[in-house]
Parts: sequence; C-alpha cells; structure tokens
Amino acid sequence: MPAASIDVARDPHVQYLLRVGDTCLIQAQRLAEWCGHAPVLEEDIALTNIALDLVGQARAVLSRAGRLEGERGGVPHDEDELAFLRDERDFLNLTLTELPRGDFAVTVLRNAALATFFKLLWQRLESSSDPDVAGIAAKAVKEARYHQRHAADWVLRLGGGTDESRQRLQAAVDHLWPYTPELFDADDVDDAAASSGLGPRWAELEAGWRAEIEPLLDEAGVKRPPPRAFRSTGKRGVHSEHMGYILAEMQTLQRSYPGGVW
Amino acid sequence: MSDAAVREAGSGTSDATRVERAWSVLQGVLDPEVPVLSVCDLGIVRDVQPAAGGGLAVVVTPTYSGCPATEVIAASARAALEAAGLGPVAIETRFAPAWTTDWMSADAREKLRAYGIAPPGRAARERSPEGGAAVPLRFVPRRVSLPEPALACPRCASADTERLSAFGSTACKSLWRCRACGEPFEHFKPI
Repeated sequence: MPAASIDVARDPHVQYLLRVGDTCLIQAQRLAEWCGHAPVLEEDIALTNIALDLVGQARAVLSRAGRLEGERGGVPHDEDELAFLRDERDFLNLTLTELPRGDFAVTVLRNAALATFFKLLWQRLESSSDPDVAGIAAKAVKEARYHQRHAADWVLRLGGGTDESRQRLQAAVDHLWPYTPELFDADDVDDAAASSGLGPRWAELEAGWRAEIEPLLDEAGVKRPPPRAFRSTGKRGVHSEHMGYILAEMQTLQRSYPGGVW
Repeated sequence: MSDAAVREAGSGTSDATRVERAWSVLQGVLDPEVPVLSVCDLGIVRDVQPAAGGGLAVVVTPTYSGCPATEVIAASARAALEAAGLGPVAIETRFAPAWTTDWMSADAREKLRAYGIAPPGRAARERSPEGGAAVPLRFVPRRVSLPEPALACPRCASADTERLSAFGSTACKSLWRCRACGEPFEHFKPI
C-alpha cells in the first residue's frame, strides 16, 4: 500500500522556510545526477560535495519548518515526511532548480546564480528572529560562499575557454536567465516573514545579486537576454513539467515502502 | 574495562567526576575520516552536562551541514560513553555558534600535519580561494590570478605547492600537490 501524501500547514512562515529548504533539496537532487558523469573526476567530487552541503542545509531547514507547523497549530512533520510525502503542489522550490541539469555549462551557471542568491539570503537569515534559523544560516553561509567561488571560477573558465565553451555558456544564460526574476518576485509570504523578522523579503536581495552576477557574466563575455513578461512560479507551488519526474525518482522508495530505512 | 570498573564508574561518583571522565573517554573517540583527531580535538563536542537520572547530556555540532560522518560520530560518542558506564547518553545537535576550524588546538593541527594533511590556517584571516571568511568575489582571469597563500607540504615542508581541486575526498578537505617532493596531499580547509 503506497504511502499517502501529508497535508502541509498553510502558514506563510512555514511556506517561507519550505521555499528555502525545497530549493536546497531540489538543487541537491539535480547536482547528484552528475555523480559519475562529470567531465573530470575533480568536478564529479566537487558537484557531489556541493550537493551534500545542500542536502544538509535542506534537512536542517525542513526539520525547522516541520516543527513550526506544530507550533502554528498544525500537525508537525519531520524532515523525511516533508521530503518524501508531499505532492508537487506543496513543494515550493524555485523553478530554476527543477529544470533538467543540461550540459556542464547549464549546471555551472545555475550553481553560480543560486550560490550567489543563497550567500546573500543566509547572510540576512543570520539575524533571523528564529534562533534555529539563525544558527542554520551562520553555518550555511560559509558553505554557500565556497560554492559561489567555485561556480564563478568555472563561469569565467567556460567564458574564456574555447568558442565552443563560450557558446555553451551563452546558451545556458539564454536558457536560464528568464527563470531568475522569480527569485525576487514579492508576495504575502515574504511580507509575513519580513514583518515577524523570520527573514528578508527576497526582493531586497535583487540589487546585491545583480551586483555580483552581472559583472561575472560581463567578465565571461556573455550577454544577458532582454527581459520578458514570462514568470515562473515554482515557489508558489506551480511548477514546470519537469518537477513531477524529479519527485517520482526522489520519492519512489518511501512511497512504495513506507517508513523503510537503510 | 571490567564489569566491576563499569559499575564503579556508573554509581556513587559525583557529577563533576563523571563529566571529567566523560571528557577523557571522548578524547579517545576518533573522527572516522581523520582517525588521528578525536571529536574533542575537532571541537565537535561542545558541552557535556550531567543529566537528571544519572546519565549525560552531550552537545555536538556538525562540521559541515551535509557531513555524512556527523551521525557516525554521535553514535560512536554515545557507544563509548555508555561502554564506560556513563550512560544513558542524550545527544543534542546544536548549530550555533557555527563550527569553525579555528577551534582546533595547536596540538590537533600538528597531529593532522604528521598524518599527512596540511592543517587549516585561520579562517577569519586566510585569503581566498581557501579562506572561509567573507571576501568579495574576484573576477580575474586564471592566468593573472592573485598568488594563492602558500601552503606548506605536510611531508617535506616545501611551500612550492599547488591546489589541484577545491573539493577533496571529504567536505572538509581540498586536494593539493607538492612540486618539490611530487606528492599529492590534502588540506583541511579553514572555515
């Protein structure tokens, strides 16, 4: 008998933390796909190490989100229930993370965009009014900083490498850039988190993010596509066609063998 | 430890003595990935307190968020303390303050070096690419890259070394090579 899905508390503070935890989790799941497939052994190790850090961050944040459900009058959940027993609409990760891993340039560029975003977000969450979140952030910011440096180094190398590598990087920018405005779209979840001091409105991170990413792309010699009306909406639970397949792969064991452990 | 000694350790001793004994037992619990350093040398065990009912409350902090050794370390610490008659042991994981390699003692650094792993510099001051401190992202082509901080080879002490990979066999290490003696070695990253 497959495991039934859980109902997640519709609380903006819980949703704010799920956005953070789910973005870490799905990005980790995509990076883990490179295990055994990266262009060189060192990069295989690097991508999976980054994925491990992200899984650790996701575990901590999802655990906190699950306890918060209980504190806010809902049913508390643990990290495993949240990761393995939610349906697609209850995952609140950025659409950017769920897009297929693509070639190495897509992976590198997505890493740079997200690690920069996370560095800025964790820096702000270090002063969260929730001491657990502040503690997680103080640790995670160091990891995000290291991820960012590594990814930025690769963006420059691909940009300054061969015609082929620069074309691949340009194609990655063209493909991924339209999904980046979602990072900074404002809504009432952000408003609630900002007013209670749980965390910043993500829109407040945009200027800092642009100040780091745009010079990086300029230095790498690639152009950003013009703005479009398109908006992705993963952090509101409305995902791309790719999301269901990730969940099928990630959740199948716990769905088929509820409560199974290693 | 004999059964008699276990019984003696577990009964009738003062809280202070039990906590002192616990620290000395934990000095013998080694990190599974770096088996020359104890969980105390690494600063993973943050606090030991007597618990109501005769056991111990042990506070640990993870090194990296995703370090797979964290659970093994907690289980080994619990097993060692319980084997020494100091249980039951409740382990609490605490994130704040965030773990830093700056907590590693000079003695621990020397043990690392002798084991063949270049010890971490000060996280607060060391420069990129290895430093854990906040430094602005630099956009400079690799060929004109700023000189990296010299890292001494743990085998021959030469400073003529180069980094091969930012990530090593575990989350806490990077991979380097010594140009003088030709040997690869690992570096415990400052964070």
